Amino acid sequence: MKADNLLNSNFVRWMAADEGPESDIVVSSRIRLARNLDLVPFSHLLDQEDGKKCLKEIENAWRKSDNKDLLKMELLTFNRLTALERQMLVEKHLVSPNHAESDDSFRGVLANVDGSLVIMINEEDHLRIQCFLPGLQLEECYRQAQKIDDDLEKNLNFAFDDIRGYLTSCPTNVGTGMRASVMLHLPAIVFSGQTNHIFHNIAQLGMTVRGIYGEGTEVVGNFFQLSNQITMGQSEEDIIDNLNSITIRVVEQERLIRERLKEEMKYQLEDRVGRAFGILSSARVLNSNEAMALLSDVRLGVDMGILAKIKPYALNELVVAIRPAHLQKKAGKEMDAFHRDVKRAEVIQERLAQTRGQ
Amino acid sequence: MYCEECKQRPATVHFTQVYNGKTVETHLCQQCYAQKGGIIFDVAKQLSLPNLLGSFFVSNYNLQDMKSLSQNSSCPNCGIKLSDISNTGRLGCSQCYTAFEKELEPTLRRVHGDSRHVGKVPARGGEKIMVKKKIEGLKYRLQKAIAAEQYEKAAEIRDEIKNAEKQLD
Repeated sequence: MKADNLLNSNFVRWMAADEGPESDIVVSSRIRLARNLDLVPFSHLLDQEDGKKCLKEIENAWRKSDNKDLLKMELLTFNRLTALERQMLVEKHLVSPNHAESDDSFRGVLANVDGSLVIMINEEDHLRIQCFLPGLQLEECYRQAQKIDDDLEKNLNFAFDDIRGYLTSCPTNVGTGMRASVMLHLPAIVFSGQTNHIFHNIAQLGMTVRGIYGEGTEVVGNFFQLSNQITMGQSEEDIIDNLNSITIRVVEQERLIRERLKEEMKYQLEDRVGRAFGILSSARVLNSNEAMALLSDVRLGVDMGILAKIKPYALNELVVAIRPAHLQKKAGKEMDAFHRDVKRAEVIQERLAQTRGQ
Repeated sequence: MYCEECKQRPATVHFTQVYNGKTVETHLCQQCYAQKGGIIFDVAKQLSLPNLLGSFFVSNYNLQDMKSLSQNSSCPNCGIKLSDISNTGRLGCSQCYTAFEKELEPTLRRVHGDSRHVGKVPARGGEKIMVKKKIEGLKYRLQKAIAAEQYEKAAEIRDEIKNAEKQLD
């Protein structure tokens, strides 16, 4: 099975830092389109029987399609994946935590081999078409997601109303049904203590800031997810334009502070990066929060040219590879917190040595 | 400060009791407090998105209206009641948007600042309808841009309208 790759390899497309613009700060871009089948009860009301019918309808439309990208996808229903495997999809940011909790046979994903196109089936909406790419590439994500939407629509009757737009289970998504988001690495803004101020302003522009695993998750490793809040009264292009320009402003601000750090606190900065690298390359026990904080420092060092020879995509990969489900998959067994901390240190050491040797 | 009971976890629940004029302060962790029979307010859950959205629906009416509405009206397609929606913040099916149109309008305005879709239109209605819809949406955006004094943007939208109108001829 091709999509097995999503479970066996750490790498997915959004991690390819060398492919995306602004990828020293914008880790990845995502577009998500929510679509529902007309008159079929929304996913949260589906019982087994209706759920199976709903999945069948989506599956038929997918198989009938002549879109090459769609045909290359693979259907993974959640009854065929273990809880650990579903959690790995969450850790790669491809699936929401809520979705992964279910082991229903009518819920799951349609995904391509590199994880750039992933459709969640019967999450909150019947379909959530997602495209993930590295760096700041919201337009390209939208272009690809829209193509999938157009081609699925040929064989599916999507719920759409002239006034309200695409109808969704939750009224916060109705209209375009689109959520555009970027994942940002902002160590310098955090260091300067300006985070709250900046995010307060962003919120006033109809955007929200969250931790990397979406709604209700905390910020770790200085990673933030910035996304649009509003889905009515603005076209898809407007929403993307707005998010793009806000992202660029935040990126400029981050770069400015980084430059100032380099000028005014050169030794402290190099010391911090060097220490982080030192600990990561020789520690034997690392908990998740510590590892994320140190990886953030190392990443800053790489992006600012302080540390040579470490590839940014290796760091993107590590952020996911050190999460509990990935560690346990690699070890081939269940592990308690302490043994995961040991394995985490081992995985980081191995990967850093490897990337420096390349 | 550590929990007075288990002395291991940090104390996060603090309360002051007054007995016959004597004040007693207690500091416990969540687990020990729960064991002692206390009720912990799960703030995150109370303020979750569905709950907050649900309260939007309710606050649009006074309580009496709400009662009669929730008793009488349900969606003809999926059977869900307005009271279910205000509990979960989720609608039941696409038809609910028509069945509860009046109730939804203010909620949408509160969430989005607008209640009208101006973006993509599915292709199934045929090419011409799509273009017509697109022009309607563009005109709506044009008005908004002018109202917001975004003249550069308004000019761009006007050009888009002209181009779209050419497609209709």
